[in-house]
Amino acid sequence: MTDTGMHKMQRLFSGFLLGLALTFAPAAMASSEGLPASNANLSDLGSLQNGAKIYFNYCSGCHSLSLMRYSRIAEDLRLSQEQVMQNLNFTPANFGDRIPPSINAADGKAWFGVAPPDLSLMARAKGVDYVYNYLKSFYLDSSRPIGWNNTAFPNAAMPNALWELQGVQTARFKPVEGGNPGEFEGFDLHQAGKLNPEEFDGVARDVANFLQYAAEPAAMQRKSIGIWVIVFLAVFTLIAYFLKQEYWKDVH
Amino acid sequence: MANRLTQAVTGMQEWFNERAPSFLPVYRKHMTEYYAPKNFNIWYIFGVLSMVVLVNQIVTGIFLTMFFKPSAAEAFASVEYIMRDVEWGWLIRYMHSTGASAFFLVVYIHMFRGVMYGSYKKPRELVWLLGMLIYLVLMAEAFMGYVLPWGQMSFWGAKVIISLFGAVPYIGGALTEWIMGDYLPSDATLNRFFALHVIALPLVLLLLVVLHIFALHEVGSNNPDGVEIKKGPKGNRWSDKAPADGIPFHPYFTVKDIFYTGCFLMICAFIIFFEPTVGGLFLEHDNFIEANRLVTPAHIKPTWYYTPFYAMLRVIPNKLAGVLTMFSAIIVLFFLPWLDRGKVKSWRYRGVGFRVALFVLGICFVWLGKIGSGPGTDPVETIIGRFLTAAYFGFFIYLWVYTAFGFEKTKPVPERVTGHD
Amino acid sequence: MANDGVDMGRRRFLTATTAVVGGAGIAMAAIPFIKSWQPSARAKTAGAPVEADISKLELGQMVMFEWRGQPIWIIRRTQAQLDALPSQDPRLKDPNSEVIDQQPAFAKNEHRSEKPELFVVVGICTHLGCAPKLHAELKPEPFDPDWKGGFFCPCHKSRFDMAGRVYDGVPAPTNLVVPPYYFMDDNHIMIGQMKGAA
Repeated sequence: MTDTGMHKMQRLFSGFLLGLALTFAPAAMASSEGLPASNANLSDLGSLQNGAKIYFNYCSGCHSLSLMRYSRIAEDLRLSQEQVMQNLNFTPANFGDRIPPSINAADGKAWFGVAPPDLSLMARAKGVDYVYNYLKSFYLDSSRPIGWNNTAFPNAAMPNALWELQGVQTARFKPVEGGNPGEFEGFDLHQAGKLNPEEFDGVARDVANFLQYAAEPAAMQRKSIGIWVIVFLAVFTLIAYFLKQEYWKDVH
Repeated sequence: MANRLTQAVTGMQEWFNERAPSFLPVYRKHMTEYYAPKNFNIWYIFGVLSMVVLVNQIVTGIFLTMFFKPSAAEAFASVEYIMRDVEWGWLIRYMHSTGASAFFLVVYIHMFRGVMYGSYKKPRELVWLLGMLIYLVLMAEAFMGYVLPWGQMSFWGAKVIISLFGAVPYIGGALTEWIMGDYLPSDATLNRFFALHVIALPLVLLLLVVLHIFALHEVGSNNPDGVEIKKGPKGNRWSDKAPADGIPFHPYFTVKDIFYTGCFLMICAFIIFFEPTVGGLFLEHDNFIEANRLVTPAHIKPTWYYTPFYAMLRVIPNKLAGVLTMFSAIIVLFFLPWLDRGKVKSWRYRGVGFRVALFVLGICFVWLGKIGSGPGTDPVETIIGRFLTAAYFGFFIYLWVYTAFGFEKTKPVPERVTGHD
Repeated sequence: MANDGVDMGRRRFLTATTAVVGGAGIAMAAIPFIKSWQPSARAKTAGAPVEADISKLELGQMVMFEWRGQPIWIIRRTQAQLDALPSQDPRLKDPNSEVIDQQPAFAKNEHRSEKPELFVVVGICTHLGCAPKLHAELKPEPFDPDWKGGFFCPCHKSRFDMAGRVYDGVPAPTNLVVPPYYFMDDNHIMIGQMKGAA
């Protein structure tokens, strides 16, 4: 290869790097919004299965997952129809149906002031780390109608559905002038739950992971397909490069 | 065997030529006997890449319309139906959404290339004007497409952009109602935007693209040296009458473009399969929440390709002035061929004043884009934004003064193009 | 002139390779688009197997269910109707159900059903898609003096016996279709699914 050939390859490579950098930079920016990372991992099947179990036992009573089908969960999380219908579906819905809430929206609104939102896309709209931190940030607050508050979503209408597992937290605030309730300092465990804090972190991560999956089930497949698409394109591009070099021998 | 095949192909060609004798000359004119300068560099691939993206948008778009429901009640759910229930629907949608952003990226680089090498100058003013029209239609096309998923950003983006027309004196209010067919973006708005997005604007776009290419092939391509190869010596190894520095578009540039298309598709595939939202840049987080006319998202901003202009709108405290500034920022580009009086085309041989100014223009545009995509609450940033807006328009005034009054000190332009990659 | 010092063999080889690999790429890229026309998860759910309760189905009667938008008939045949079936064999096009697409393997028998008396069939004429009418009684009919019970299509006069087998000399080409099904218990049939299939 001639000097100009080498030079050209270097330039091509740097151009490719620039493209990649343009791709990665915003992604990196978006994922570091100051929240502690959940480290939720879609390829961890056990985490997703555990997240599903906890979701259906503690969350699906009030929240629907109206864009997901039980059958899709069975397929993606490698569960049998029987496992899903017995352990996850507590409603009269069929296996192929979309996931309804156990309560109706009017009751939800009457009990909590607002109807519990559908969670199908929550992890995409708010981010998986948000879900993880939200689940960990409930604390007792007697000023709220339901007695609970949340530092990740102040004045949320939702009580801590996982309090049996997490235990009951109170929050410490440093008084700030004009600020109510002040600057958040930390949580104190007021009453222990069934799980210790590390175990509960795992629960919050698994539920967040499951909701991340539910927000985009295609994410389970697209990366493994993408690798082969890029490999194919690389082979094609290499052949096209040789073709181009061959023809351009004519050009002086 | 190979001989028989060749015979069969030749026979078919003859059969065809006898019945459509004018087709082959058209093919020759635009492909095998279109002599393009041999010194094209990497900046010259973006025209072809935008064609690749256009084809992608049309094919994936046709398939999306097969599943999408253009009604306010069903649109959001039908997009998620595509993402979940339609086999491979997620891929088709991500190809379309990634294609939309890739289209603008490619077109912006293509336009910048035009300014770098003076491709808008005589005799290519018409090529530039048609290109600018393509850009305008593309902006309308992308805006209407962004409304269709009927998420929060679709709805509030539509509301903000449409209310810009409310700044028109006297008829503003009536005009916005007419555009929306309602008193707020609604089912009627979505339905008409759908029709425009999938039929009307694509037809206009295709027509303009054809005219853009025809206009270019009438005058011939510019090149990184800004040398008119048609005015240079004649005769190359393919033809005695062709420019000596030209080579046939087919096969030489087709094989080169195939190679670069492969590189480009690898980057696109990486986005589509590994990071389709690009951290909220290509698909915004708030657009995964269905449109709710009672709750405004915390940060409303248009998609990244509009943000430089959106920033200009936002840093100017007067609504009408802001709207006028924003539209002027686009309109002024139409006049570039007449604002720039310099005789030398390529920045390689233009004065330092031009090169620095173009660099500054690029920085202004990107920085304004960053400001426009932020929350817009920082007062210092607003001041910077005003300064950058002034600098953006300043470029065009400066360019006219710099070139019309002989301030530019150019280098000698070579007689022939200077080699090739 | 343009070929001075050019290795045309290498050039042709690279052109062909690029074309073949590129063509393969386009073909593979077309697969997702073609597959997107398959019934979606929603359509599959709507077309899921249907549970039929036949506890109230009396002897000689018919009930209708719907599966994938098609009428599914379930008939509890009388002994007389069953006894008449073999006698019709010489008059039929396909008495032994040799056309395999028309029924699951378990129904390739004289009565074309799993349990002899219970007949499950898609109520659509195999000629042009009309709904045949059940004429269950073994008595001479205007369209057939030797009628031993069966289905008569009013559209184009196709005739089928009590096992949905088509008679000779009518426009319908094949026997009526028996859908996949299995007995969940004595009184419940799952229509649209074979036993053990997920």
